[in-house]
Amino acid sequence: MDQTGSPPGGGDKLLEIRDLVVQFPSPNGLLTVVDHVSLSVGRNDIVCIVGESGSGKSVTMQAAVGLVQPKGGRVSGGSVKFEGQELVGMSSRQLNRIRGDSIGFIFQEPMTSLNPAYTVGDQIAEVVRRHRNVSRRDAWKRAVEVMDRVHIASAATRAGDYPHQFSGGMRQRVMIAMAIACDPKLLIADEPTTALDVTIQARILEVLEELQRESGMSVLFITHDLGVVAEIARSVVVMYGAQVVESAPVDELFRSPRHPYTAGLLEAMPQVALDRGHAPIAIPGVVAQAYAWPQGCRFHPRCTFCKPEVCADAPVPLMPDDHGFVRCARAAELRATLGQAATERSVPVMS
Amino acid sequence: MSKPCLQVRDLNVKYPVGSTFLGAQRWLHAASDVSLHIDAGETLGLVGESGSGKSTTGMAILRLVTPHSGTVRLGDTDVTKLPASGLRALRRRMQIVFQDPYSSLNPSMTIAQLLEEPLQIHANMSKSDRQNAVAEILRAVGLHAGYAARYPHEFSGGQRQRIAIARAMILHPELVVLDEPVSALDVSTQSQILNLLKAIQDKSGTAFLLVAHDLAVVRLMSPRVAVMYLGEIVEEGPSGRVYDSPGHPYSMALISAIPFPDPVRQRSATRLILRGDLPSLMRPPSGCRFRTRCPFAMEICAQEKPPPAPIEGGGTAACHLHAHGPRLRGRSVQTLLTNRPGEVPQAAMAASR
Repeated sequence: MDQTGSPPGGGDKLLEIRDLVVQFPSPNGLLTVVDHVSLSVGRNDIVCIVGESGSGKSVTMQAAVGLVQPKGGRVSGGSVKFEGQELVGMSSRQLNRIRGDSIGFIFQEPMTSLNPAYTVGDQIAEVVRRHRNVSRRDAWKRAVEVMDRVHIASAATRAGDYPHQFSGGMRQRVMIAMAIACDPKLLIADEPTTALDVTIQARILEVLEELQRESGMSVLFITHDLGVVAEIARSVVVMYGAQVVESAPVDELFRSPRHPYTAGLLEAMPQVALDRGHAPIAIPGVVAQAYAWPQGCRFHPRCTFCKPEVCADAPVPLMPDDHGFVRCARAAELRATLGQAATERSVPVMS
Repeated sequence: MSKPCLQVRDLNVKYPVGSTFLGAQRWLHAASDVSLHIDAGETLGLVGESGSGKSTTGMAILRLVTPHSGTVRLGDTDVTKLPASGLRALRRRMQIVFQDPYSSLNPSMTIAQLLEEPLQIHANMSKSDRQNAVAEILRAVGLHAGYAARYPHEFSGGQRQRIAIARAMILHPELVVLDEPVSALDVSTQSQILNLLKAIQDKSGTAFLLVAHDLAVVRLMSPRVAVMYLGEIVEEGPSGRVYDSPGHPYSMALISAIPFPDPVRQRSATRLILRGDLPSLMRPPSGCRFRTRCPFAMEICAQEKPPPAPIEGGGTAACHLHAHGPRLRGRSVQTLLTNRPGEVPQAAMAASR
């Protein structure tokens, strides 16, 4: 709707989401939890969607591959094209053929995504047999092979173990092995390291990057952590209040954020505050909620740069700028300010 | 020099976990020989990953779990020796803020009731004095006095954490254990709570034990930090020193694992990525407990428990590297990475097995 031009990603689009709208019924009527979201993933690309709880980042992805209907949600508009094929409106039978095959998934909780009653080898082999016409034996061989690729030591023996015999980090590697078992073209990773310790997270990110480099598959990575984004992304989509508020290649986004929310999120990070030698700068107020999206710009009640006459009434469209897209009525005026915002503003210096 | 508010010596916490087939009791050693101290009005950060024993240590200090041995002194009171009848008086002096503000507040009580409850139990105050105290503490944590009549579900995570902090602070305790106070919150609201905690401490002079997995949060909040691994403190010292020149390979790995939100810097960063898994707390490795994942492990590490070695810039690190092998003699572990580039990934691979 309000999207002009083409969102980030290479020229050849693997996944192209346009104006996606997702709604969930609630006692107060339909809640719009994804509001005209457009983004795309090129081939051999790593795109991160970053946002806080309730921003719509996970639902966007679930809706794109037909996973919100079982939860009562509905896709009320927009299109999702995977390799040129429209996924919205596709039957669950057709979707089942794509999911797990050319689109692989990893979720946050590796323990709840694995069946405790089957060996991990069996579970990976099952995925292979579901999508490929291979013998049990060959499927098992493939399971061991992919476990080896995610660096699980003595994969041939470990394939016979049950999920509880693996640590959290290992289980997540098993999930990755399962997701790549059919050589997907796109891997969707929804907060895959959030439940893990940082040292384990570092290892998982390393494994993911290596797999991506070697196989050329694309990765769509959903996270709330800008540190992880900086580590793994090539381009970034920032979501707030069910909408895309900014998108840009990773270096540009971090060097000169164009949306006050992106800039604020960066300044709120303890590491950035430490590095710049000031106390962390909190974004005032609370995260906007679906049952009461603010009028006008959804971030305006929390925005330090808000000018009520510009920001508080009319919805703000997502507009192209020199390095991506930004949804801010004052984007052009703020361009210079936002880059140096943290040092400009007077902040208490840490003792 | 103020006198220590909290003094912990050789604290051990063990949990019984079934028995061997011969009937011998098996134990999980959650915290082993933990010693630390916090001065009045000071914050000590206690960092480590899951299973490091940092929360157990916090709970044992409050006697929410019973330590197996060791002493915990709050001021002049030996907490470990206190009879059950003396615990109530102790609670007034030390409090805790939990990680999850969604499960730590009773959903059927209003904010006013939640905040008055500690006063009813511990303080001999009139109803109107209690109401004044509630209004005052609400103001201190940045919430409207009008919120007092509402219920916890009406608040966001960050606001609930403010209420939890208010509940802990309303009795003016000497020590508050903050157990991952911001890790359940959204990034944009985390720093509101961190800044609030600092402001409250500046005013009240309460000592904090900040238990957290996030080293950046700990460094922001506390001038001193202790790093735990598998139930033991492996390094302690001034936060800036530990962060910038860690004396223990585990601290180095922990710090370098945190992705910095700057892609350009991230690409050029020297990182120490650990291979292998956390060993079981029921059968911790002999000698140094970190040796199974340490890229610099030597023969002696399996044989002898490393004693704490003094580190340049303050504090200690329990690592043999300071007296054996490359003999760091108090220098940062980073010198091993910068002096011999290329060698470490090899060593790291070897350690992964």
